[in-house]
Amino acid sequence: MVTDTESHASDTRDTAIVDLADIPIRFDETWYSYGEQVVVRDINFSITPGEFAAILGPNGSGKTTLLKLAMGLLKPTSGSVLLFGQSAHTFKDWTKVGYVPQRTQATESRFPASVKEVVGFGDYTGFSPFALFKRANKERIDIAMEIAGIQHLANRRVSDLSVGQQQRMLIARSLVRQPELLIMDEPIAGVDAAGEDQFHAMLRQLNSELGMTIVLISHDIGAVMREATTCACINTDIVFHGPVHQLDAQALSKLYGFPVDVLMHDPEHTHR
Amino acid sequence: MPEVFQYDFMNRAILASLLVGATAPAFGVFLVLRRLSLIADTLSHVALAGVAIALLTKAAAPIIALIATSTAAVSIEEMRQRRLLPGDAALAVFLYGALALAVVLISLADGFNTTLFSYLFGSVLTVSTSDILWMAGLAAVIVVFMVMFSSELAQITFDPDLAQTNGVRVHTLNLALAVLTGATITVSMRVVGVLLVGALIVIPVLISLRIVNGLTRTVLASSVVGVLMSASGMIIAFYADIAPGGSVVLTGISILTIVELFAFASRWRNRHRVSLDSFGDHDHGHESHAHGSTGGGIHSDHTHR
Repeated sequence: MVTDTESHASDTRDTAIVDLADIPIRFDETWYSYGEQVVVRDINFSITPGEFAAILGPNGSGKTTLLKLAMGLLKPTSGSVLLFGQSAHTFKDWTKVGYVPQRTQATESRFPASVKEVVGFGDYTGFSPFALFKRANKERIDIAMEIAGIQHLANRRVSDLSVGQQQRMLIARSLVRQPELLIMDEPIAGVDAAGEDQFHAMLRQLNSELGMTIVLISHDIGAVMREATTCACINTDIVFHGPVHQLDAQALSKLYGFPVDVLMHDPEHTHR
Repeated sequence: MPEVFQYDFMNRAILASLLVGATAPAFGVFLVLRRLSLIADTLSHVALAGVAIALLTKAAAPIIALIATSTAAVSIEEMRQRRLLPGDAALAVFLYGALALAVVLISLADGFNTTLFSYLFGSVLTVSTSDILWMAGLAAVIVVFMVMFSSELAQITFDPDLAQTNGVRVHTLNLALAVLTGATITVSMRVVGVLLVGALIVIPVLISLRIVNGLTRTVLASSVVGVLMSASGMIIAFYADIAPGGSVVLTGISILTIVELFAFASRWRNRHRVSLDSFGDHDHGHESHAHGSTGGGIHSDHTHR
């Protein structure tokens, strides 16, 4: 059976002519299993600079595992994952990467730090023995808080924030160093509808104006079709990878295991 | 000069408890916030086994205890990291394993029960000048470590995955933290004893979390509270002629109770005020108040930017 995976895998191999160090993420025959259970099977694709890639898939499909592999938090069982041309597991140049997790454990405890302090973590550039006595890069931190819309919360205690506000704080934290690559794992779970619109507007701005490469795990197919440039559909295997306008009902049905209808926008509506 | 300061042994005891009171809780902030409060208890029992070994082999007790706690701390961390055992199960295995080993060693040699007893309940009145130097040295190492790695420690405590993807060497630092936890326990053990070490590390942190905001301030406040609690506990112990370890911990618990009562009272007052205000609004219509409160909730996320 000739699958989409194979055809797209050969597509991505063509991009190898480009310098690997310029490719933000590259999965190369990547496998990952927890014990006997295979969670990620033979994934091959790359995220190219400036791309706004959405990762879709049902619960338990291995999306988060895939991101953790990309961030070097997990080591592939076989195959490799490259971040800017280096093995993700030994990657050092983290100033290029911003990461927003689904949620963080600290916010559940009485973590005493202020929003400003946590956003300031994003300004970290490596070990410095006198870091405690150094002034934080206030301007960058302020800009990041402004982009995420939380400047008014700067002095609030982290544990007093709502879920949506916590996510904004984590987004601000990831933006302080203005990374080349922004990786987000369902960052707006718990954010209301208006917050979602603002969030997508922010991503659009980061992607088109600052040229930031964005990888976003999302459940919102509508938003993905509207905002992203490419899409990878994961269900242990890769079911589809390509430009988002090629994503059709057939691929989605295959992904979710039940028939899915795709409503197309009217042709007047311009996609970016 | 007050009577309490007229005895050399008492001055040494107070100095020792101040050293421990200042460093153990500061370090404890990172344990409490990572929900590792129980590691202190486990490692103190490991330290007890270390002491039993030292007494049996006539080796220096602090050194053997330090080696035992550091080794156990690193093993627990590795087991947690490699998911060989869930974190709390690993702690339980080490706690009971060490306690059992200590019991067996005690039964092997009858002669040192009194010494062991002094480790169980603390023996701050018998600290020598060389003990104090030991404590001061370890306290200095802990403080320097916390200052040098302040940002890394804060990040790991907040979220290890985020710290790692921010360039922090999480695994190495976790091992260093584990070893220093062992050191902190070994030092603190002399003052309050194996059974109460955990309290000295945890209680000042709980008090500080209530009274200050900000991570650095919490660390400093824990240190200050630890010093206050140790000093007053020791002085009370001297005049009331009671066990110093117990006195220090009970002083801490009393402060914690007062602080929690204040926090409860202020929450209650705020709630009370809100309900009184809504009473006052009654004339303007029940609806407006209801709308105001829920509306605020809904809009709270909209109004950013």
